[in-house]
Amino acid sequence: MSIDLKTIKHIAKLSRISIDDKKAKELEKDLNSIFEFIEVLNKVDTKKVDPLTSIAETSLKFRGDEVKTKNIREQILKNSPDENKDFFVVPKVVE
Amino acid sequence: MSDIINLTLSALIDKIKKKELSSQEITNAYIERAEKSKDLNTYITTDFENVIEKAKKFDEKGNFDYKLPGVPIAIKDLFCTNNLKTTAGSKILSNFIPSYESTVTQHLWDEGAILLGKLNCDEFAMGSSNETSFFGNVESPVGKKVVPGGSSGGSASALAAKLTPATIGTDTGGSIRQPASFTGTVGLKPTYGSCSRYGIVAFASSLDQAGPMTQDVSDAALMLDVISKYDTKDSTSVNFKRGDYFKSLSSNIKGKKIGIPKEYRVDGMPKEIESLWQEGISLLKKLGAKIIDISLPHTKYALPAYYIVAPAEASSNLARYDGVKYGYRSEGENLISMYENTRSAGFGDEVKRRIMIGTYVLSSGYYDAYYLKAQKIRRLIKNDFDEAYKSVEAILTPSTPSSAFKIGDKTDDPVSMYLNDIFTVPVNLSGLPAISIPAGKDKNNYPLGLQLIGKAFEEQNLLDISYSMEKELSFKNNLQDWWIK
Repeated sequence: MSIDLKTIKHIAKLSRISIDDKKAKELEKDLNSIFEFIEVLNKVDTKKVDPLTSIAETSLKFRGDEVKTKNIREQILKNSPDENKDFFVVPKVVE
Repeated sequence: MSDIINLTLSALIDKIKKKELSSQEITNAYIERAEKSKDLNTYITTDFENVIEKAKKFDEKGNFDYKLPGVPIAIKDLFCTNNLKTTAGSKILSNFIPSYESTVTQHLWDEGAILLGKLNCDEFAMGSSNETSFFGNVESPVGKKVVPGGSSGGSASALAAKLTPATIGTDTGGSIRQPASFTGTVGLKPTYGSCSRYGIVAFASSLDQAGPMTQDVSDAALMLDVISKYDTKDSTSVNFKRGDYFKSLSSNIKGKKIGIPKEYRVDGMPKEIESLWQEGISLLKKLGAKIIDISLPHTKYALPAYYIVAPAEASSNLARYDGVKYGYRSEGENLISMYENTRSAGFGDEVKRRIMIGTYVLSSGYYDAYYLKAQKIRRLIKNDFDEAYKSVEAILTPSTPSSAFKIGDKTDDPVSMYLNDIFTVPVNLSGLPAISIPAGKDKNNYPLGLQLIGKAFEEQNLLDISYSMEKELSFKNNLQDWWIK
């Protein structure tokens, strides 16, 4: 099975990564060689095997919903990539 | 000062406790050496001004009962450090300043250690040669233009070059053990659930684990004592009874049963690695261990399964980098194009490849064929180990299928780069602990490592076996300081 250019562009879209045609061609080559390498798994009969979803087979623990870190609003907003340090600003979403 | 940097972590601590050396003397020695070692490109961020202050404070009124009293340490730049830039080797986090501290690094500071700075690594820990970092390649002190391995390449290089007495890395598919093997140092990946993942920039959450990288096995035990603790902030942290690893170290391994898996003898493996392995087997016999041939039949499927599971988890974990709340942003005419431009410019090629693989294997129509299949294979790989551990207590293998290579040698072919981790990946898929210890050298005088794999939560056993081997191996890197300016 091989992944064509159209699929590469579709995956890029799903991944929210913009790529030009040159990059798409590079990725087509790389991904196909990686998937060729992965193909070997099809040789293994796994019909009767349960998937391993978590290595630490423990159930999730409950904890109280308590505020432990306070007054870090400024510290967090400082990381905002936008100039505005009072809010997170994004391009207009609603017309 | 040359005396200081040549001391192991435990010897250094001994001198501090006896007040033969001050924290300031030690800190200054490491800073001075780092200033002369810039060509290795081990640091992304240094925190020298603060660390000098902290050393001074420690010398004035520090607690000498701590496990790491006033010891300066540099760490992989994948651990969040409060108020100090944390980049994960990526452009997209190149200006990110965390407002919290990772649990593992907090444990270091709580035991008296002080932070020298943040060490280079592959971008988001994705790489086996430290060539994917946005902050440039790291050179290994073992040879000019030689890779230190990856992803904890900056850590391994800094440790081997004696720029930090010990360090911590993270290991998702071999990122502690492979660079340790390449640089003649000790690297321990603890059992999944031993060391908290809280505050570590996530790559593949079901595989990621932090661990010590040190000059010898005793130091690894000492570091593990500090960083292996149950943590409610990590939902997969396991509350098991941890050992007193350093104090309990024993070199008596008489009667221990060690397995030798035939599947780790791969095509094209250099003869010197095969003979290194044989020497390791002979040494274990000499030390009184019982050698048992075992089979781990699904070994060859581990790496392909890993390249489904790890990218799948990564594509999900890295979805958060969208240029909205922190990190790098590239503008766009609307929200979606802002996301796409940000991620396109902010991530490097290897990270993009893995996000794309992960997105594909999780996408509608392919989930069962790839992701579910890989999880089933993962079960078979773990079953292999469970079966083997009915007759043995640990397993000996080479750490890597080759020694360190030159920068640029494998960057054109992702699959040939991935093959570096062929011996280390099964351990992560099975959540087991494993250690790489330096055991010999190749024809170029580059270090080679042996890997010991243990049962889950039995780090002490692993440390004891490697401790007893280390004594007999008496490996020396004998680096010539060629990079010093």
